Amino acid sequence: MKPVNQKAWLLILPVVLCVAFSAILPLMTVVNYSVQDIISPERRVFVGTEWFKSVMRDDDLHGALLRQITFSLAVLVVEIPLGIALALSMPAKGWKSSAVLVLVAISLLIPWNVVGTIWQIYGRTDIGLMGAALAKLGFNYSYTGNATHAWLTVLLMDVWHWTPLVALLCFAGLRAIPDAYYQAASIDGASKFAVFRYIQLPKLRGVLMIAVLLRFMDSFMIYTEPFVLTGGGPGNATTFLSQYLTQKAVGQFDLGPAAAFSLIYFLIILLLCFILYNWMQRVGTADKTEAGHG
Amino acid sequence: MARIDLDLAHAYKANPQRDEDYALLPLKMSFDDGGAYALLGPSGCGKTTLLNLVSGLVKPSQGSVKFDGADVTGRTPQQRNIAQVFQFPVIYDTMTVAENLAFPLRNRGVAADKIKQRVGKIAEMLEMSGQLGTRAAGLTADAKQKISLGRGLVREDVSAVLFDEPLTVIDPHLKWQLRRKLKQIHHELKLTLIYVTHDQVEALTFAEQVVVMTRGRAVQVGSASDLFERPQHTFVGHFIGSPGMNFLPARSDASGVSVAGRNVMAASDALAGSGDTLKLGVRPEYVALAEPGSPGALPATVTQAQDIGTYWLVTARIGSGPAEPLIRARLSPEQLIPKVGDAVWLNIVGAHTCFYKDDELVSGVNA
Amino acid sequence: MDESRFKKRTLFLVLYLVFAILPVYWMINMSFKTNEEILSTFSLWPQNFTLAHYKTIFTDASWYSGYINSLIYVAINTVISLAVALPAAYAFSRYSFLGDKHVFFWLLTNRMTPPAVFLLPFFQLYTTLGLMDTHIAVALAHLLFNVPLAVWILEGFMSGVPREIDETAYIDGYSFPRFFLTIYIPLIKSGVGVAAFFCFMFSWVELLMARTLTSVDAKPIVAVMTRTVSASGMDWGVLAAAGVLTIVPGAIVIWFVRHYIAKGFAMGRV
Repeated sequence: MKPVNQKAWLLILPVVLCVAFSAILPLMTVVNYSVQDIISPERRVFVGTEWFKSVMRDDDLHGALLRQITFSLAVLVVEIPLGIALALSMPAKGWKSSAVLVLVAISLLIPWNVVGTIWQIYGRTDIGLMGAALAKLGFNYSYTGNATHAWLTVLLMDVWHWTPLVALLCFAGLRAIPDAYYQAASIDGASKFAVFRYIQLPKLRGVLMIAVLLRFMDSFMIYTEPFVLTGGGPGNATTFLSQYLTQKAVGQFDLGPAAAFSLIYFLIILLLCFILYNWMQRVGTADKTEAGHG
Repeated sequence: MARIDLDLAHAYKANPQRDEDYALLPLKMSFDDGGAYALLGPSGCGKTTLLNLVSGLVKPSQGSVKFDGADVTGRTPQQRNIAQVFQFPVIYDTMTVAENLAFPLRNRGVAADKIKQRVGKIAEMLEMSGQLGTRAAGLTADAKQKISLGRGLVREDVSAVLFDEPLTVIDPHLKWQLRRKLKQIHHELKLTLIYVTHDQVEALTFAEQVVVMTRGRAVQVGSASDLFERPQHTFVGHFIGSPGMNFLPARSDASGVSVAGRNVMAASDALAGSGDTLKLGVRPEYVALAEPGSPGALPATVTQAQDIGTYWLVTARIGSGPAEPLIRARLSPEQLIPKVGDAVWLNIVGAHTCFYKDDELVSGVNA
Repeated sequence: MDESRFKKRTLFLVLYLVFAILPVYWMINMSFKTNEEILSTFSLWPQNFTLAHYKTIFTDASWYSGYINSLIYVAINTVISLAVALPAAYAFSRYSFLGDKHVFFWLLTNRMTPPAVFLLPFFQLYTTLGLMDTHIAVALAHLLFNVPLAVWILEGFMSGVPREIDETAYIDGYSFPRFFLTIYIPLIKSGVGVAAFFCFMFSWVELLMARTLTSVDAKPIVAVMTRTVSASGMDWGVLAAAGVLTIVPGAIVIWFVRHYIAKGFAMGRV
């Protein structure tokens, strides 16, 4: 087991200070606003949990929340296995390895509003490659008119954009597995699938946990790409949580409710991540405690 | 269990021209069926490469490997039926101890009850019967190495068990336990065991025959006493023993053999024409205090005297002048131990003295 | 490796790469077309090839300074993030101390906060500090999400290195800093490479905070690109060209860390 060493606090102090500076002070400000009715800078009335209640009662919020959860789950279901498969197929050595690495990473580097803009054109049947190809194949494709098409296009765009994140993490994780494990498996007569199941997948646990949580929380906060692509439409088919809340806040232009709902948003993510995190920890307990810490 | 014959060389580069290009210079070596061997040498000497050539993880760039006369050079480790234990424990984290041990047998389609029996037997031998149901990931390093070893032993027809510095990550106070267990297993199962290490104590206690290697060459193969008494190469004299053999530059001519200007031995035909590379080698254990002027002894001044406990390590400088060679002697505490600065005479010629030309053994002392 | 499996993997990889590159190809395609052509015709390569968009970017100071500004604060941020994250990750990985699990999770929570939550407070904070429109302001603000990510990734990779390795190397008589820098970090190279790239990437593409905290001097490229909408409509061509150019620094970064990411775990040669 890990030795107890309180002096380790010195090692984490810089991190705590950086993040506290960036986070705690601002967070306190937000909490401050969320419990006040700011009619004007001078006139502030303490209203307690008023804003929180009104936000929670909102029916449209429930709709957006449901859409958001469905979207995030779909993202995970597609991107995690695809990312693992991609990492397994990427070459490990030589010039091919470097070339593939660069090609795979490209989609991550494009600013998110540009991603949305490109897919806007890309998906149009008159001037876009994908749109034209789909139309040629006989599909009545329209991401502006058809809700299902819009959904799938947003999902496809996200998969295109973010799968490399999972793949890169898994790729690095695979490289960190010592050769001896593969040699031992070869000596033991293990099949390729057994190698994946008993060596690679367990060793990727740590990395996969990071990938799952990251993709979950980022997809839960997604704003720019779908907003630029579909504007949330058609109707509110692709209006996810952050866009919905931004609409509300901008529409009302009221600091109080805006702050309240920011906090609720944060708390929802926090709760879901906490559950996910603990579940994954429990599943992967033996590995984490013993491989490095034992 | 198999007899392994090697007749090979290995280079990582395509066209090896000089010695430096080779990872392993051409060698011919045999490992008897059921023997316990150690490959001993410093880092980079090629011992792990040699082990990997035996196991099949590496194919020799030239030459062949034979198991029981059959050429296995093209076969994988699995096909050669060897087992290998690595420097750090390699286990399947998600499986229990029993599942780990059963894995190689399951992959070969062995019947379930046979597997159970075999796993039970090996677990007992390794003193792990009580832990069969425990998840392997939660055990200590030495237990994990035992599992690694067990996975190799569980196959009844394993041809050889190879060890690549397996005690590296084991706590020092547990090392001797594992070494003892290895000897026990060797005794019981009579397998061919080949053990790579840079630690001479490990090698000498474990193996019946030790292969001493340096810079791609196997310089001597022999038992612990062979290596100690009759090192074939100055490297062996140097590496084995604590401290290693003393080497003193010597000259041989018609009048005899002399060291530091003093005649210590009668002229010898074997050493005739040795030129400048002649060295006299004598282990500190065999350097004894002598009467002034006695044959085969040299005058020296003591520079250091250390009490090691079971013996004293005395370092002395031959002759006068700071450039003269140092000589070390291990003296038993019962004797009168000279103090620093004392002038003593040390006998260097005896039954255990060896002569080296160009670092190779040419002769001992004529009776 | 059996032949058929090898071919299947290569096929899959090629298919994915085609899928990944097509939109990029379309973007490059657009960057060489005039706006009229983009919006009116479907063509696989430019009918009227033009370098005008790239010319705009390379000659207009507000465009290319956007790239330079971004590079500056992203570089500062990546260096700071890694520098504070490495010792912290080591502490989380190797030691047990009061509140360790809670602090770790608290760090993660900062990564999961929607940036919008911090916009107004950040604005006020940096205005008070007089750091508005500076590179350091954005670099510091981005620590919010990059430091937790770096700690998280590095801790994961560090936990994959058995403790015995630390101890064996440590016994050889190294001082802790020297051991850490010359022996330990090379062991977790792939983790460092990946963490460095992600810090770069997330800071590079972040828009909300970067735009809020800057106006002229430190205006990053992401913000410059949002002003491509003018009276005559969206300047698609310039946006596409700018998009193509944003890939370049990141591609260079990943090229440089490729050995780090792809580095195997050379155990035992300690």
